[in-house]
Amino acid sequence: MSFAWAKQYEPQSAFTKWLDEKLPFPRLVYNAVGAGYPVPRNLNYMWNFGVLAGFCLMLQIVTGVVLAMHYAANQAVAFGTVEHIMRNVNYGWMLRYAHANGASFFFIVIYLHIFRGFFYSSYKAPREMIWLLGVVIFLLMMATAFMGYVLPWGQMSFWGAQVITGLFTAIPLVGEPLQVWLLGGFAPDNAALNRFFSLHFLLPFVIAGVVILHIWALHIPGSSNPTGVEVKQESDTVPFHPYYTAKDGFGLGVFMILFTTMVFFLPNALGHPDNYIEANPLSTPALIVPEWYFYPFYAILRAFTGDLTIPFTGIVLIPAKLLGVIGMFGSILVWFILPWLDKSPVRSGHYRPLFRKFFWFGLIPTMAALFYLGGAHAEEPYIMLSQIFTAYYFMHFLVILPIISQIEVPKPLPFSITEAVLGKDKAAEAPRAGTVDGTDAGTATDGSLQPAE
Amino acid sequence: MSIRLGGIIAGLAITLVLVLWSLAPGAYNFAFGPAPEKQPSYAFYEHGEGPANGFSFDGAFGKWDYAQLQRGYQVYKEVCSACHSLKFVAFRNLQDLGYTEAEVDAEAASWTVPGIDPATGETTTRPGQPTDYFPMPFPNAIAAAAANNNAIPPDLSLITKARHDGSNYVYSLLTGYGEADPAKAAKVGFETPDGLYFNKHFPNVNIAMAPPLAVDGQVTFADGTASTIPQMATDVAAFLTWTAEPSLVERKQTGWFVIGFLLFATVLAFLSYKQIWAGLKPKKG
Repeated sequence: MSFAWAKQYEPQSAFTKWLDEKLPFPRLVYNAVGAGYPVPRNLNYMWNFGVLAGFCLMLQIVTGVVLAMHYAANQAVAFGTVEHIMRNVNYGWMLRYAHANGASFFFIVIYLHIFRGFFYSSYKAPREMIWLLGVVIFLLMMATAFMGYVLPWGQMSFWGAQVITGLFTAIPLVGEPLQVWLLGGFAPDNAALNRFFSLHFLLPFVIAGVVILHIWALHIPGSSNPTGVEVKQESDTVPFHPYYTAKDGFGLGVFMILFTTMVFFLPNALGHPDNYIEANPLSTPALIVPEWYFYPFYAILRAFTGDLTIPFTGIVLIPAKLLGVIGMFGSILVWFILPWLDKSPVRSGHYRPLFRKFFWFGLIPTMAALFYLGGAHAEEPYIMLSQIFTAYYFMHFLVILPIISQIEVPKPLPFSITEAVLGKDKAAEAPRAGTVDGTDAGTATDGSLQPAE
Repeated sequence: MSIRLGGIIAGLAITLVLVLWSLAPGAYNFAFGPAPEKQPSYAFYEHGEGPANGFSFDGAFGKWDYAQLQRGYQVYKEVCSACHSLKFVAFRNLQDLGYTEAEVDAEAASWTVPGIDPATGETTTRPGQPTDYFPMPFPNAIAAAAANNNAIPPDLSLITKARHDGSNYVYSLLTGYGEADPAKAAKVGFETPDGLYFNKHFPNVNIAMAPPLAVDGQVTFADGTASTIPQMATDVAAFLTWTAEPSLVERKQTGWFVIGFLLFATVLAFLSYKQIWAGLKPKKG
């Protein structure tokens, strides 16, 4: 599954030759993330975040498995066992802070990865499946992170679980029995804590499975690139190893410096002080908020303050709570149809003047504002602001993108990636091997090569 | 095309519902409705600052001041422990404060902890051992509330992490007692109910805890430091920072080592990245 000019794995020793015949695992790795995977030569630093996200997932699994050895999912002792980890387990404080901040950094990386996809339209054909699987991963991550935040059984754990599972009561008819069934009780309790722990342990491995599908789907069309022009010839690509392994190594170093700065010097800055108070069903915190990475969606949830009624009759068609739940889930589900909403044939935002304006002056400020408003008190002017930005959010994806993809006049694209990197003259000198080899690679209508599976 | 048309319709519909049924009534209410009520206590609350010179453990290079931690422990033992538990801390942990093993043994023995009579099996009390945790001052939450005007004194093990800017908060709370400005209080109809105490650094200003550090010299420090109220408050805030995060200094020191290594490794990674890519970059000129 690669371009015709991709390097082939050649086992050297007797053992690797034997292994290659029996179980070609080294060949799989070589083709997936080794020299056998040709990647566009012009990727910028925004393309580092896929590898970093994979690293975050592994970091969370490793620290999480060790933490689970010292934790007990029982409401009587859960808070105490977390303190046991912090005080008595060797380097337990480092493991726990790495795990808690690791979740935050996982989301930072994922948000940058997603917004890279928005700007460079990585969701467009032929990469729709990669995008769809990515949205599935994001939803699984949100579920995993939410359930993980409940496990320390602090005040925010308890009341966050109460609020989020309470969303299910908005569903007509079956809502309340559904919440009781999900929690295993009428309020978050031992039954809920136990099942959240079980699922929090399970879901990361489900995520890892979907990540494998995500990477598999990526290798069929190959990586996108900042020009959005598909690979046409061998000179457009470089082997993943050593070129991008080296670049990702540097990116990983920068990421680790930022991450360890938080872990060792500001470990609680991204958390909430209330979660160091043991859960108390009789005492409600002044402000119940989720972790920061859910703020935009929490702001959308809280933006719907009025029931949808028939004017002057008082008949409620949809209660405000259900509207909020529809809005919150809809704000992510809309990403699933994004490849079919934005029909502009040009991928990269660099060549789309109108799209680029709405991205930088519309979507990015909206997301920044929603990040702020989700953590703010539910009072004016924050409520009105979150309503305005929520409205823009939906307008951007559902109305503005389809319209600008219709009316926009894109800038001229470079002929090829090589031309974009080296300029026209140099590109003419570059070898064109592989372009005429029609046996392995089909030629798409736009002149780009479709690697054969 | 149908997906796009459906998307545009759905997008306009959701925006319309949001703007007409949520934003418009909210904006009307904000412009013409009654102003939201604020509790009169808002007029008196002041954000608390920490001690004037900060704490020894502040900053990326901060270290414990062991004499201060020992003084703070003394304040906890003689003042706070009458009502506040410290349930996640064991006597053995006091070795971290610079006490020797023998001193920890003696210190543990000076506390009375619940025990079981080895002869009869009945519950009794006995002197503490280093492996014991600090005892609870009240047998249960109901007894704690009954003795404290219906407020349960919180456990102090994690208090500096359970409050925003906790070390400074503890200091400012202990030094924030006083009287509300009578003229201002009369104007907004504010009063401190019987059994509560005015404290300008407590979020709703009236706190159930009587001023714990009432007079200078309340505690006689073993090391001879003058025990003014700010001194005692600083010391006990430092002690409670240690109880909340015993690994604080070790954490920062480990952090410098880790970041130093990562900086070195990242420079190497950057150089090898540049080296590997050197042949591919367009030549200048």
